[in-house]
Amino acid sequence: MKINNVILQFTAKFVFFIIFFFAVHIFFAGHYTPGGGFVGGLVTASAIVLLIIAFDLNTVQKLLPINYIYVVAVGLILALGTAAFSMFVGEPFFTHFFDYFYLPLFGKTSLHTAALFDLGVYLVVVGVTMTIIQTIGEDE
Amino acid sequence: MLQVLCLFVPLIAALFIPFFFKKIRNVHTGWFVLIVPLLLVIYYSTYIPSISKGGTVIEQLPWIPSLGISFVSYLDGLSLLFSLLITGIGSLVVLYSIFYLDRKKEQLHNFYIYLLIFMSAMLGVVQSDNMITLYLFWELTSISSFLLIGYWFNRDKSRFGALKSMMITVAGGMMMLGGFVLLSMMGGTFSIRDLIEQAPQLATNDTFVIALVLILLGAFTKSAQFPFYIWLPDAMEAPTPVSAYLHSATMVKAGIYLVARFTPIFALSEIWIWLVAGIGLLTLFWGSFFALKQTDLKGILAYSTVSQLGLIMSLLGVGAIAYHVDGAADTVFKYAAFAAIFHLINHATFKGSLFMIAGIVDHETGTRDIRKLGGLMSLMPVSFTVALIGSFSMAGLPPFNGFLSKEMFLTGMLSVSEFDLFNFATWGPLFPIIAWVASVFTFIYSFYFVFKTFTGKLNKEALPKKPHEAPIGMLISPVILASLVVAIFFIPNVITDLFVKPAVVAIQPFLYTSPNDVHIHVSAWHGPTPELFMTIGIIVLGLLLFFTLSKWQKVYNVLPERFTINRLYDYTMNELLGSWMTRVSGLYMTGSIRKYLVYMFTAIPVIVIGTLIFKNAFAFSFNGASPVNLYGVILVAVLVIGTITTVFAKSRITSIVALGAVGYTVSLFFVIFNAPDLALTQLVIETISVALFLMAFYHLPRFSKAEERTRFKLGRAFVSIAIGAMVTLVALSSHSQKFIASISEYYKETVYSEAGGGNIVNVILVDYRGFDTLFEIAVLAIAGISIYAMIKLRLSRKEKNYENK
Repeated sequence: MKINNVILQFTAKFVFFIIFFFAVHIFFAGHYTPGGGFVGGLVTASAIVLLIIAFDLNTVQKLLPINYIYVVAVGLILALGTAAFSMFVGEPFFTHFFDYFYLPLFGKTSLHTAALFDLGVYLVVVGVTMTIIQTIGEDE
Repeated sequence: MLQVLCLFVPLIAALFIPFFFKKIRNVHTGWFVLIVPLLLVIYYSTYIPSISKGGTVIEQLPWIPSLGISFVSYLDGLSLLFSLLITGIGSLVVLYSIFYLDRKKEQLHNFYIYLLIFMSAMLGVVQSDNMITLYLFWELTSISSFLLIGYWFNRDKSRFGALKSMMITVAGGMMMLGGFVLLSMMGGTFSIRDLIEQAPQLATNDTFVIALVLILLGAFTKSAQFPFYIWLPDAMEAPTPVSAYLHSATMVKAGIYLVARFTPIFALSEIWIWLVAGIGLLTLFWGSFFALKQTDLKGILAYSTVSQLGLIMSLLGVGAIAYHVDGAADTVFKYAAFAAIFHLINHATFKGSLFMIAGIVDHETGTRDIRKLGGLMSLMPVSFTVALIGSFSMAGLPPFNGFLSKEMFLTGMLSVSEFDLFNFATWGPLFPIIAWVASVFTFIYSFYFVFKTFTGKLNKEALPKKPHEAPIGMLISPVILASLVVAIFFIPNVITDLFVKPAVVAIQPFLYTSPNDVHIHVSAWHGPTPELFMTIGIIVLGLLLFFTLSKWQKVYNVLPERFTINRLYDYTMNELLGSWMTRVSGLYMTGSIRKYLVYMFTAIPVIVIGTLIFKNAFAFSFNGASPVNLYGVILVAVLVIGTITTVFAKSRITSIVALGAVGYTVSLFFVIFNAPDLALTQLVIETISVALFLMAFYHLPRFSKAEERTRFKLGRAFVSIAIGAMVTLVALSSHSQKFIASISEYYKETVYSEAGGGNIVNVILVDYRGFDTLFEIAVLAIAGISIYAMIKLRLSRKEKNYENK
């Protein structure tokens, strides 16, 4: 039985980007307003899941040829690296640094090493969620 | 800074090994690895001039300052000597391994990563002044040794040997940690140097002896002393470069290092002297005696290593006697500790070369069985020469370095008979006798090793390969070591001034303050002393017994196999743990997830409600509760309907959808109660988990028709009611009584000023409680990879062929 998914597929193409950019937004907003790496990662994963539901696993894998295990590894290294970085400048493990800068276009911006750590969290969450969904989905 | 970072250089280098292995296939990965120990050996050599004059260098990197734990690189004579051995022999071993391990057939990246991890760990062990980090590195050497022994993991024996070494050394390591903790409680510090300063006060503590025994257990298991030596012969399943590196030159000497390092603290204890000297001597004899029973070349070397480690250990024990003798720096008691360090260097040179030769013989003939070997002298002249030099040095013959340290060892043992404290007047004379007998056996197995392999009749049919001389690259390392063996004999005092004397100062700070105070001159000829006559006796009796070996080798079959220590280990592992414990676990681990859930959900309310009753912690107060509004009532109704539908739905798909509804309702609750972060997270999680459930849906087992319509079960109903009651009670009680002021105020005050953020929830995640998040994502990653592995490996299991399957 073949189900006609035209409407779903058509909308999914747009909605994917909306959700994805929303994820990017809440990732960066996370330090001041609701959001953060964890939710951002989940939202991104749900955007990909939407594509998988609308199309199918193989198509999505062709669209996004990513090995999510590597994403997990990169995320972990980033998080651990950010945490360990402070040791190399003589501060205890996991000391964060931040300061405020005036950047063109953005104006006064806070740059915080916590954002790097959060990026690690983001990558791990996306990676793990997609790994699990992909492996279970592929397994026949 | 640089000095501490150097400890981690191999570890950091290990990160890049897979890249070199995958991308640059034409060049043996070992060449890239070789750079690391070479650079380090050059770096540590720059310290020789200052440290040989008695200087020390220390550098710290705080790790957990609040607990007094830091990474320390403390270089004095002892740790510099070990660091040079680790990096120097490490370079030679890596060079050797390039020719030993085939670039195309072997998983080189695994091998070199493990080796580099080991190098970092071992450097950490010998340089750490902080006992906690010392323990950390100590266990890391056990783990990397485990991985290296099990390198050819599809062989049964490799896995057995790896597990055995891990079990024994890690068990000892745990004991040692106990000793460290006791010591730190007595002295109030984790720093070994600070403890040494307050050594006499420490001894007045009741727990001093317990700490002593625990630390010795750690040292004895690692350094393969009797009766823990049994792991070392089985560790010979590792590739030969590993045996040469870890299991003769460096890792097994970690125990020696530990004993040497802690001698200033424990030397005043009679028990320390008796245990270290006694067990060392017993191991020396035991190892040398049973070396002759072995038929495997590496087996002989393993037992010989056990025996030589015992020798060094006993010398350190005797060295502690000097603490109890007035003016020991000018008496015969000064020799023991000196001889221990001197022999340690010599042993690393000759045993390293012998292991490499054993590897070459194995590589070029295809067997290590001494019964099949023989007559290789003319085919492998270079290997034979190196083996001859190494064996003669091991046997204690001139003109090789083993002769010098063996003489000094006999001096040290003879000195014991002059010591009259602690019952040594009665038992002391036994020391030189046992030492002499063990030396005779050492002489015999050295000859046994070299002559049974290289002389006699060549039996080409018995050998799996056509024997020929090894490639030149493989010979470089053993030849370098063998030339050191000869060179040290002729310039012993250069070596002792540079390396041995500074190390001795570190072991015996109660005797000397600087290396110049150590007045010992090594000379090959020192007149007709008792030592010389003992050596002549060793040679005569040794030769006699060697030529009649075939007549009395049967002695070894007399000892029944049933009572060996190996049997005890097998019994513990197979019967006690393997069989009985499995049976006990089998009683409740049935494999049914439903049962496990019942266990858990029964236990949780019993424990929690029990605690509430026991502590009389029930309290009900609705002060500060928000008013019930219409939204809340509606949501609760939806929640209840959703939950009941989930449980009683006839089809699974209805259950999944209903469960999703429950989740979304909960997130609406978060919205009502002003928790947008939680609401958002809950919403997305719910979405993804519904999708996941739908995907997993196809894989769920099909239950029988009767099961599908879930029947009412009293027991389960009771458990679910208990869980619900527990959560309600805990929520009410925790709401109703607050003993400690909420931490929220602290967060409110500091979130902008200290953490530079605005959203407390998220700042908690990435900053205040960043550790939690770090571990959580680590767990998440492990879970993800496990699911991947479980599903993927299940499909490909049939293709792999392991030995015991």
